[in-house]
Amino acid sequence: MDKVVQKAIASDKRWRAVYIACGLLIVALTLLMGAFLLYQGSQTFIKAHHSIWEFLFTSDWAPLDKTGLFGGKVGAAVYIVGSLETCLLALVICLPFAIGSAVYMTEISPKIGEKYFRPATEIYVSIPSVVYGWFGMTKLVPLIKNIFHPAMGGYSVLAASIVLAIMIFPTITTVSADAIKSVPMSYREGAYGLGATRWQVIGKVVLPAASGGILTGVILGLARAIGEALAVAMVIGKTRSFAANLLSPTSNLTSAIAADMGNTAQGGEYNLALWTMALLLFIISIVLIVLIHKLANGKKDK
Amino acid sequence: MNRAKKKDRFMTGVFYAIGWLMLAFLLYLTFTIIFDGLKGFSPDFLVAAGNGIFNQFFNTLYLVFLSLLVSVPIGIGAGVYLAEYAKEGKFLTMLEVSIESLSSLPSIVIGLFGYLAFIMWTGMSWNIVAGALTISILSIPLITTETNNAIRALPIEYKEGSLGLGATKSETIRKVLISAAMPQILTGVIMAAGRGFGEAAALLYTSGQSTYINWHNFWKITSPTSPLNPFRSGETLSLHIWVMRTEGALNPKATQIANFTSAVLVVLALLFTLVTRRISDKMRKRNNGGN
Amino acid sequence: MSGKKTRVVVIALALLAIVVGCVVGSSKADTKGVSGTVNAAGSSALLPLVQSAAKSFMDENPDSVINTNGGGSGQGLQQVSDGTIDIGDSDLFAEEKLDKKSASKLVDHQVAITAIAPIVNKEAGVKSLTTQQLIDVYTGKVTNWKQVGGNDCKIVLISRPASSGTRATFEQYALNKTASRSNQSLETDDSGTLIQMIQSVEGAVGYVALSYLTGNPDVTAVAINGVKPTLANVYNGSYKVWNYEHMYTKGQPKKAAVKAFLKKMLSKEYESKVEGMGYGVASKLSDKAKKEHK
Repeated sequence: MDKVVQKAIASDKRWRAVYIACGLLIVALTLLMGAFLLYQGSQTFIKAHHSIWEFLFTSDWAPLDKTGLFGGKVGAAVYIVGSLETCLLALVICLPFAIGSAVYMTEISPKIGEKYFRPATEIYVSIPSVVYGWFGMTKLVPLIKNIFHPAMGGYSVLAASIVLAIMIFPTITTVSADAIKSVPMSYREGAYGLGATRWQVIGKVVLPAASGGILTGVILGLARAIGEALAVAMVIGKTRSFAANLLSPTSNLTSAIAADMGNTAQGGEYNLALWTMALLLFIISIVLIVLIHKLANGKKDK
Repeated sequence: MNRAKKKDRFMTGVFYAIGWLMLAFLLYLTFTIIFDGLKGFSPDFLVAAGNGIFNQFFNTLYLVFLSLLVSVPIGIGAGVYLAEYAKEGKFLTMLEVSIESLSSLPSIVIGLFGYLAFIMWTGMSWNIVAGALTISILSIPLITTETNNAIRALPIEYKEGSLGLGATKSETIRKVLISAAMPQILTGVIMAAGRGFGEAAALLYTSGQSTYINWHNFWKITSPTSPLNPFRSGETLSLHIWVMRTEGALNPKATQIANFTSAVLVVLALLFTLVTRRISDKMRKRNNGGN
Repeated sequence: MSGKKTRVVVIALALLAIVVGCVVGSSKADTKGVSGTVNAAGSSALLPLVQSAAKSFMDENPDSVINTNGGGSGQGLQQVSDGTIDIGDSDLFAEEKLDKKSASKLVDHQVAITAIAPIVNKEAGVKSLTTQQLIDVYTGKVTNWKQVGGNDCKIVLISRPASSGTRATFEQYALNKTASRSNQSLETDDSGTLIQMIQSVEGAVGYVALSYLTGNPDVTAVAINGVKPTLANVYNGSYKVWNYEHMYTKGQPKKAAVKAFLKKMLSKEYESKVEGMGYGVASKLSDKAKKEHK
């Protein structure tokens, strides 16, 4: 009998070790990835002796493309600004629709919301990003060209932002809808009891109460937008200049990586600068995640 | 009618409009993509050579299958750890941040990591295994999160009952908790598979942008043209759209092929959503019945 | 639970069957012609030629496999010098991309030459430009086609990424080493899109390899200094904008299949096929053309 128990305890321990190992593996993978990118991405500054200032804040981009040859210029500001402006514009376009839909599917028609809108957002999520890019390239870009007649054709910041807005829409909507749902019923009842209209309840009580959750959704959406590569690359036009207006093309971090990583010589300045861009993207998304974590913890403390 | 009521009506109208607009746009999106795909369709798109996308379809299935072989055990294991073993502390925070980071890291960054780790370090050329491993980095957090949530959502009686019958903790987990949570775990797995189907940026530099298959060599797994050889370069469906825009653009039918591929991917996306819906509906019904 | 175990056993058996099947299968493979695998990757400009050659090679040698991948010249050179692929396709000489030590280990096989032609949108209304005019256009000195003898139409520059071999060649030979003003041009990462944009954007100008223009009557190629971009003009040395297409191997090729494949691509019989696809063959270059290509 003792043996059976011992065996059971041993097996219990073994399984526990297996589960812990799985958890450890995930942490190790993330750390490894960070270390890797940090090593590869920092070479621009260590080996090629460029300053971080030059990389982030100047726009003179002329890195040399030969293994072990340094001395070009690696000002990536055009790409960084391109990434930021497309993401922010996407957010501006998306936010009213996302919050509006979230309110509609939770507060106004919850039954229809559950039956049609939730599956609809899931479909939005599950459509691959290249398909969005392809749709943007074959439908949206010609549309913009025909409406506004920009000098450079329809490839533009606007096109990229709209494609991104469609892609982050489901993320923000779902997270916001969950946040709105979790606002306690008593809040609403209290407000209605005071004679408030539905809009007053939504605008003054529900949305403020759900604002933390909505913010989380916005940050998640931002994380998705900043990292999207191929869909944006297909519609942004890839000009290495700051966009003069919403209708002019520009470039961003992810499309530069996607377009040039394969052409550049390994260990060359150009290649290293692209790795630095990847590192920058990594850092941005970690910062966003930490932000979300802080937000969630803050809520817990209250 | 006072101002507040007028405003209320107006805003309700706005919410209605926004809500239905987003539904209408989704319908428009899916229908145009599918319609465009069928418009330019010609039967040779279905074959396994030339303009056909059958090989790409097979590669996608195979790659997703291989990636699930890796990500399902690890994802479920880590999910169980989170739900049953983890204690508050530094490690838990680190694990949580890691999972969140992995699930929201730009896929092109994960792709580059995969390229570094599975291509440059191993000294191999682009291959399906490298692509599958890269995709599993993307899908592990999904499966982990779903498993964790699923086990946590189970009524406590499940666990107490099993432990009360003298089962050890690990037996309880394996024989009771995991199987009871299976439907939701499955949802996570299907979502992970869907992600694998749609992913392109992470595969750009890992799984290769071309494919050559000789179907007569099906069982000769070591032959470089065998469909089952996991170390051959294998372009997937979503990558095919990208390739049709870049290197494949010389093909006069490139646009039609990409349109058709898009349509196939959209249909697959609809299918995936439908299946996960079905499973979670069933689960909800069962849970409601139980209460 | 036992159902699950059975499933595991079934899957394991299936995998075993696959392994056994392949061992048996590979041992009784009968040989006809050359057998073996060749992995070639790199330049996307050369890719169509390599793909078509690979197809016909595999038809002749059913037991051989040639995997062709794009990925870019940088990838091709890197992977061949790392030894992960057998042949690295490149638009550029290895010395231009790799450090001396790695480049010296590679053996160059110049399988074709590529002529690069400036192309313009129909609205531009120009058929020929001088080198100086081309430089003015690409440095932004001239912003309207009427300034260089065309219609009253704004110039839209379209170029390839700085890492592209096509761009390097164009800047070196058509623009006399002047760097084009990339901060005013659209950059597309591939020639196919570039052609589409030239067709659709009014007043657009760009450049592509001749191989992309065969079978594309909608785009007009522009003559430089009155010399039309044709293979004949490249051969006799009057059209200067071209480069060699290289297939690099690490040391002399050892694998039989690699040797045979390269031999096929360089053979006299294959020349007409190469030219049919819009590439040139190095053997037809006149001494004048070779000497002036520096």
